[in-house]
Amino acid sequence: MADFWRRYRRNKGAVVGLVVLILVVIMAATAPWLFPGSPWDMASAPFMPPGEMGMWLGTDSLGRDVAAGIAHGARISLLVGAVSTVAALSVGVTLGAIAGYLGGFVDDVVMRFTEFFQTIPSFVLAILLVAIFTPTIGSVVAAIAIVSWPPVARVVRAEFLSLRSREFVQAAEVLGKSRIAIVLGDILPNALSPIIVLASLMVASAILLESALSFLGLGDPNLMTWGFLIGSGRSVIRLAWWMSVFPGLAIFVTVLSLNLVGEGLSDALNPRLARGRA
Amino acid sequence: MSLLRVENLTVALPPGADRAHAVEGISLTLEAGEILCVVGESGSGKSITANAVMGLLPKGLPVKSGALELLGQDLRGLASEELRKLRGDRMAMIFQEPMTALNPLMRVGDQIAEALQVHGAGGNAAARVQELLAAVNLPDPAAIAKSHPFRLSGGQRQRVMIAMALALEPALLIADEPTTALDVTTQMQILRLIREIQSRRGTGVLFITHDFGVVAEIADRVAVMQHGRIVEQGNAAQVLNAPEHPYTKALIAAVPKGAAERDLPPPAPELLRVLGLRKTYSRGGWFSGRVSVPAIQDADFSLARGETLGVVGESGSGKSTLARCIVKLVVPEAGEIRFDGTDLRPLSRAGWKPYRSRVQMIFQDPYASLNPRRLVGEAIAEGPITHGLPRAEALDRARELLALVQLDPSAMARYPHEFSGGQRQRIGIARALAMRPELLIADEPVSALDVSVQAQVLALLADIRKKFGLTMLFITHDLRVAAQICDRVAVMSRGAIVEMGPTSEVFANPRHAYTQALLASIPGRGWTAPAAA
Repeated sequence: MADFWRRYRRNKGAVVGLVVLILVVIMAATAPWLFPGSPWDMASAPFMPPGEMGMWLGTDSLGRDVAAGIAHGARISLLVGAVSTVAALSVGVTLGAIAGYLGGFVDDVVMRFTEFFQTIPSFVLAILLVAIFTPTIGSVVAAIAIVSWPPVARVVRAEFLSLRSREFVQAAEVLGKSRIAIVLGDILPNALSPIIVLASLMVASAILLESALSFLGLGDPNLMTWGFLIGSGRSVIRLAWWMSVFPGLAIFVTVLSLNLVGEGLSDALNPRLARGRA
Repeated sequence: MSLLRVENLTVALPPGADRAHAVEGISLTLEAGEILCVVGESGSGKSITANAVMGLLPKGLPVKSGALELLGQDLRGLASEELRKLRGDRMAMIFQEPMTALNPLMRVGDQIAEALQVHGAGGNAAARVQELLAAVNLPDPAAIAKSHPFRLSGGQRQRVMIAMALALEPALLIADEPTTALDVTTQMQILRLIREIQSRRGTGVLFITHDFGVVAEIADRVAVMQHGRIVEQGNAAQVLNAPEHPYTKALIAAVPKGAAERDLPPPAPELLRVLGLRKTYSRGGWFSGRVSVPAIQDADFSLARGETLGVVGESGSGKSTLARCIVKLVVPEAGEIRFDGTDLRPLSRAGWKPYRSRVQMIFQDPYASLNPRRLVGEAIAEGPITHGLPRAEALDRARELLALVQLDPSAMARYPHEFSGGQRQRIGIARALAMRPELLIADEPVSALDVSVQAQVLALLADIRKKFGLTMLFITHDLRVAAQICDRVAVMSRGAIVEMGPTSEVFANPRHAYTQALLASIPGRGWTAPAAA
């Protein structure tokens, strides 16, 4: 573990990313104390530029505090990112493991099923799903998970295919271990590195997807999100730039730091690949 | 003036490596028309020496001191451009892995012609290429020149590499383990070819190898390396027959001795009988017809309790597939595998389970056969635990077994990557023994190990076999190893067992033409290692 941290630290960008990410998490966790009350409530006069009347980041067209919106929105963005990633991982890892370990006909069936999802542009499919199931936080999470599991399944399948033929897995077969024990005990732990790296990047793309859905007005109408903030500010962007720019920056910084963390994890988990980069 | 003079060469290792210098204070001379073999185990610095001469050392390994002279010209002072001109022209190199040393997208003839053109000798390249391919004894040079590398076998590719290295008639040829990746019969052909070309053209050859058999076959002079230093240097006959340095003696003593006279074990009841086993690999798709390759054709053999049967053959002969069929890692399509009276072939996964503890396997690659994320103790104990032994008892058994394979009990709580290849192979053996098997299948258990480690592991296997009365099926490509450990041998060629009999009989009077060819190809068969003093 100490070794892992030493290798992670070697990538400076990843350390910055991790720090920023922790700050965002702290902001989300402390939002109810930093900005008590609902972010939907009027806090001041409408169209206040940043810095005036105690509003750090200004107010929107209904006099709501943009800073409060960003802090409360962080909760939803991170929640959606994390939950949809966990859901997508559980589907993707399970299907990928089955396809990669069993191979043959089962592999063909699972992979054709995966390709069926991949042939539809993921954002269009997500819009469609949310539109059909009415926009709630549950349906948004489900839609994001449904469009983001296929890459996981493909990565896990490829790892399993190569690990399955390794001698230590054959040795486990010869010892008479059950299939489940081999998959969970021998193959999966050795396939974890690419899954962890992929997961950190999936959280980032889930946050982007959620923001894009909210921007189009397909977010949960009862919840404040970053995408909704940008969407509601876009019609007055020349009049009140701060309404769109600050939530946009929040998305940008969070997604960037998640990507940096993902790269750092990848360096730390595959030290041999990282050495050439320096 | 010597062809090549290396004086007091020292190459540094990056800080934090297990020793300060990759090679230290090395001095060598090579005359024209001479073959100098540099022998040593992995990590002894022999390849570093070769790469230093060629100017191919990676940045992390700088030459610290010493002189390198080719035909009186100092190589260390040369700018990289001047060195580049010498490479290929005056000195050339053949690498270990012929499968990856050629550009897969370029025709073989074009690659050789390219070597000529780079040095401004491309005028009549087409004619020269065919000459060169003929000179390395490739049949039909015109057709070979037009082939892509994937159409050629390993031996053919190595010949192409040699043709390319010889294209500009270099004065110095460096061969870095050129036959290690090849089968014995191919190896013998390549060794003869190098010998022949060298005497015809008067080339000086620096030949790097780990195999004393190869040394006995080809060397005029020998330099033995250990931990980056040359510990002994001299004429081949002298070093091979009267080694002086203790390390050389130990290395030579570790060379498998060939067929020792042994008494056949007394007749015992049969444990395993394989009848008409057949396995065919087929591939092909929707658009092309299916191609089927027979991996095993009607294999018949039997193993008596307590006996060791060696299965020998070259790569692709089906010997590993045979081993994997018996433990159901590969499912054969026909035949019977009678183990202690029961046919194992039709059994399901669950039906097999009781037999898993009675039939165990040791794998070839000690670096791949242990789960890198599992502690050694757990790895050894997990088999018995799977079969219902309480955990504490299984761990006790693992501890005993570690002592048996001569590892410290503290190894229990360590991960496989902390061990050397030989130690890992011992762990693999302990894992198999933890099941208390009756039949042990060893699939090339020593072919990835250095010769001295190989000797230790073979001694351990012989010891365990006696102690537990194990029956063993021993798969190997190395006839010398088979001769040393097996009571009987079966020779496989293209999926069929072509000859089978008591080891000494097969080695003394091989009946099948293929067995005869194999035995004639054992490197250094004319040399008998002196008894250890």
